[in-house]
Order: sequence, then C-alpha cells, then structure tokens
Amino acid sequence: MDTQEKIEMYIKMLKIRYFEEEAARQIRSGMPGFIHSYVGEEAVAVGACSAIREDDYITSTHRGHGHLIAKGAQLSKMMAELWGKITGYNKGRGGSMHIAAYELGVLGANGIVGGGIPIATGAGLSIKIDGLDKVVLCFFGDGAVNQGTFHEAINIAAVYKLPVIYICENNLYGVGTYQPSVRSVENIADKASGYGIPGEIVDGNDVLSVYEVTLEAVENRARKGEGPTLIECKTYRWYTHFEGDKDDRPPKEIAKWKAKDPIKRFRKHLITEGILNDKKDQEIISGIKKEVADAVKFALESPEPEKEEALLDVYH
Amino acid sequence: MAKELTFSEALREAIDEEMARDESVILIGIDIGPYGGAFKVTEGLYKKYGNRIFDMPISEAGYTGCGVGAAMTGKRPVIELQFTDWITIASDQLVNQAANISYMLAGKVSISLVLRGPCGGYDNAAAQHSHNFESWFSFIPGLKVITPSTPYDAKGLLKSAIRDNNPVIFFEHRKLYYTKGEVPDKEYTIPIGVADIKRNGKDLTIVTYSYMVSKSLEAANILAKDGIDVEIVDLRTVSPIDKNTILESVKRTNRLLIVQEAWARCSVSSEVAAIVAQDGIEYLDAPIRRITAKEAPIPFSPVLENYVLPQVEDIIEVTKEMID
Repeated sequence: MDTQEKIEMYIKMLKIRYFEEEAARQIRSGMPGFIHSYVGEEAVAVGACSAIREDDYITSTHRGHGHLIAKGAQLSKMMAELWGKITGYNKGRGGSMHIAAYELGVLGANGIVGGGIPIATGAGLSIKIDGLDKVVLCFFGDGAVNQGTFHEAINIAAVYKLPVIYICENNLYGVGTYQPSVRSVENIADKASGYGIPGEIVDGNDVLSVYEVTLEAVENRARKGEGPTLIECKTYRWYTHFEGDKDDRPPKEIAKWKAKDPIKRFRKHLITEGILNDKKDQEIISGIKKEVADAVKFALESPEPEKEEALLDVYH
Repeated sequence: MAKELTFSEALREAIDEEMARDESVILIGIDIGPYGGAFKVTEGLYKKYGNRIFDMPISEAGYTGCGVGAAMTGKRPVIELQFTDWITIASDQLVNQAANISYMLAGKVSISLVLRGPCGGYDNAAAQHSHNFESWFSFIPGLKVITPSTPYDAKGLLKSAIRDNNPVIFFEHRKLYYTKGEVPDKEYTIPIGVADIKRNGKDLTIVTYSYMVSKSLEAANILAKDGIDVEIVDLRTVSPIDKNTILESVKRTNRLLIVQEAWARCSVSSEVAAIVAQDGIEYLDAPIRRITAKEAPIPFSPVLENYVLPQVEDIIEVTKEMID
C-alpha cells in the first residue's frame, strides 16, 4: 500500500468520527429518529472497504454510517438523509438506519439483525453466475451470529463457493446484553469451521490488520473462486446502542477500549512512518470539519419531501 | 391451436419459456434440480438450464434472502418453496426486505423476484402442509400475490410474474397440479391484477379464487338445475385486486357470496366484502355472505378436514338462502 492510500484511509476514519459526533449533536438539537453511532469501530469499515474495488458490493447494518463513508458516500447526502430530506440518499424514506447508496454498490443497510446476510450471499450468487471477479463484503455485528440467517447463508456460500466476505464487527454488546454471555463460544471466527471455511480473528481497532486480512480473503480466495471467509473484528462501540440510550457497561471497560482508539493508533503509525505530521494532520482535520459543517448546512437548507412522495416507488 | 396440459405442466412451460427468453431468470429452491421438484414443476429443466438452477439446503430464510440479493444485482430469481406453509420461515426476507427495498432505496433498484409453491388443503396433509397464506401477503404494500385456478391462468400469470419488476408471491393449490386444461400453443401472458369471469350468471355473484373456483363451478352447475344462475368471478390475483370486475358483477346480480378456502378473519374475503360495502352497497339486495374455513387448524382426519374446509354443499346451501 502506498502512502497516499494510507492517508486516504486515515481521512475516511476521521470523516466517520467527525460525521458521527456531529450526527449525535444534531439528534440532540432536534433531528428526527435515532442514530446508532459507529464511533470506535472506524478501523473495521475503512480497513475492509479499502481492500475492495468501486464495483464491488457491500451490505450494511443498523450501525451503517461508517460503512457508507468507507464506500465513498457524500457526507451531504448522508446528513440530508438523517434529516429526512428529499436530497438524502434514500429521499428521506430510510433515515439513519436504512441509509444506503445503491449507486455505490451498497445493497442496503438493515434494521433487522442478520437480515442482510442472505442478501449479500445472493449478490455473490449473481456474481458467480455472471462469471465476474467482483466480491461482496457483508457487515454484521456479533448479535447477528446467533440468527439463523447467518448460518443458513454462510452454508450456502460455502457450498457454492460464493465470493462473499463475512465481516463480523464484534463490539461485545447487542443493545444491553453482553454477547459472550449468550453465545456458547468465545470466538465467533470458530463458527467458520462448521462450514468448512477459514475463520480469521483480527484486531478490529487496527485498520492495517483489518485491511490485510480482508485483502487476503478478497484476492486470494473470493476473486479466485475459492469461496467465502469469515472475519471476526474485535472492536468496541464507544457510545450507547443508540444515541441517548442508557449505558450499563462497566466504565473501566469503556475506558480500556477508548485507550485503544483506532484513529489515534493509526495517526501514531503514520507519524512514525513519516507519512503524516502535525501540520498536515491539522489541515486534514480542518478540511473534514468544514465538510461536516457543509453537510449539516446542506441538510438543513434542503427541502422536505413533498407529501405525495410517500406513495411513490411502492411498486417499481 | 391449443393443447391440453396439467396445471403443473403449464407452470413448467411458463418457466421454460421465460428461462429461454431471458438469461437473468434463475431458479432457487430445494429438490428443484435433477429431482425436478416435489410436484414435478421443474422436471426436465435442469438438463436445459443446469447452470441457472440452484438446489439449496433446507434453509428457507437463507435461500429466499439469496433470491433478494440476486434480484438486487440483476437477476430474476424464481424461488420454489416446496410447501408455502414454510413461508413463515422466509417471511422476514419477503416482508421486511423484498417488499421494502425498492421503496427505501428511493426506487433506484427493483426486486424482480417470484416466490412460488403449493398451498391449500383437501389432501389429508394436516395443519403444517395445508395452509393458505395469501391474505397475509396481500396485506403488504410492495408485494403482489397471485392465486391461479386453471392451467391457462397459471401459465399466463407466472410468465407475467417473472417479467414483473416487483416481488410476487405465487400460490399454486396442490389439488390443482394434476388437473388439466387447454393452453394455447402460441405464447401469451395474462396481466397481473385482472379478474376473470369463469361463469356468467344473473342471480348471484360468487367472488373466489384458486381451488375454490372449481368448487364454486361445481355448485353453480348443480344450482343451475334448480334455475339459479350464478356468476363466478375468479380474482386470479388477490393483490392488486380487480375492484371493477367485482363491482360490475355485483351491479348485475345484486348479490355477493365470497368463497375462500382460508379462514375468514382479516382475509381476502374481508377485503372483497369491504370493497362492495364501501363502493357498491346500493347494488345489494341481500347481505354479503362468506364461506370460508372454520376457525381451527386444518386437521388430518378426512372427516375433520372436510368439516373445517368449505364444501360444494355449503356453497349450494348458502346460495339458496341468499336467493330466497
């Protein structure tokens, strides 16, 4: 990977961080709905999406803003969607939880835990039928791995050797439940052996590790017709399940994970490597701050949808 | 020119023709490949289109969702459920995913997907293999629901369903699979959402669909001997529903009886009754009546099953009450 690619990854991680912090402020100042913050998990979306091409697909989740930014979405259209505006990616019909840019190969976010896993698998089937070398990154959380759809879809992908990379963002919690307390095995990656596919564990707060492991699964397996891989990214969400929810997690645990901030860590790496310095860092950050501020301005100034829009596209 | 085909053969011809016509049509399901399907609908197709037919593990949510993903990426999947009773397992992918995706993604993508399979009772198959779930799915904006009663309708409607740019649920009554009917040699399609008058009559309208069309026709022929002339409207599609044909028929006959195999509550029959109550109450000379399954799971014992499900005698009896 060249230095420019590393800087781009860093920029995307920061974009996610600043977008999410701003979205939380917007919620507190009257934005409708709920948001599920991706802060703390930036290395997963950015590391994984940096390992694929523009014409590859992803499926996202209810905690999906990070995936979208990592796939190249515009912050303005995202913030407009969060505000329910006609200029948003979904014309205001999806909001935070369903925000998706089909034109960027995003095959939906999902309000149903595990709902996108078979859909990603079906996209893999299309690719196989067409004999293309595209891949699908399927994002889901640790809560989804106990859904039937996870097991059913991975079995199908393994049987037909579909080019799907299943990326589990293991942030330890499903809403308020500590997931290891309702899962019979410690490591989610172990589940791969039940389907005869590789299961990798990666430090989900290390963007370069996520990138390397994903790249291996993409280039040396999926694109070569060798089938799917399950990647477990061990990470943590800094904030509550949704913005405004109560937090029962141990403060020491939160502090421990915040100390492993994926952005600080990558910044340190870039500075050590001589790719980044404080001046350049400040330029990048002020550029992103402006982009986020512009996105808010765009969203607030955008028109609401006409009421009649509600009845369009019910049928295609 | 026309030929005689079974309902099952007519469905196979529809799939065969559409697979030949459009390479994006693929088949997903269990036992649909070399085995040819539990009701032989896909028999012989694997030899012609093996690279587009995917035998699946018994994973209804998994393979139905695969169909949704394939549809989002340019395919036209036709998914077979071996029994539509198991649509309960696939429902999230139909209701939360397929029905909503085009809408939520601002119309940027279409979900061209057909989910088809056998439904219905009268076969001593008990409660988990006798369901009629068309009412559930006709409730959902974004889905279309088709319930054909003849080989001709089955073929024409399945071809339209495969070409449609929306998710379509296609219920095939298992008692119809081996019934025969004329099917033209020449290619044809039947538009979705258009009812068909299967018998013209002046005294009473029966609105019905699927297997109940044949029960209603049988009753009508017996009633004719008593001088009672029944009109039979076969909905063919329960979502969208052909309001005009229903209202026009009731306008002519002034009496409405709805015959439906499934339970009455919150069902297609409720919807038909509501349509006429709302937009055609002035046409009616008698209260609307419904004949449906009694409210119990479908039992195994033939004696019990026949008691729960609508019978020709019930149709005759209620019609006579309504005419008197």
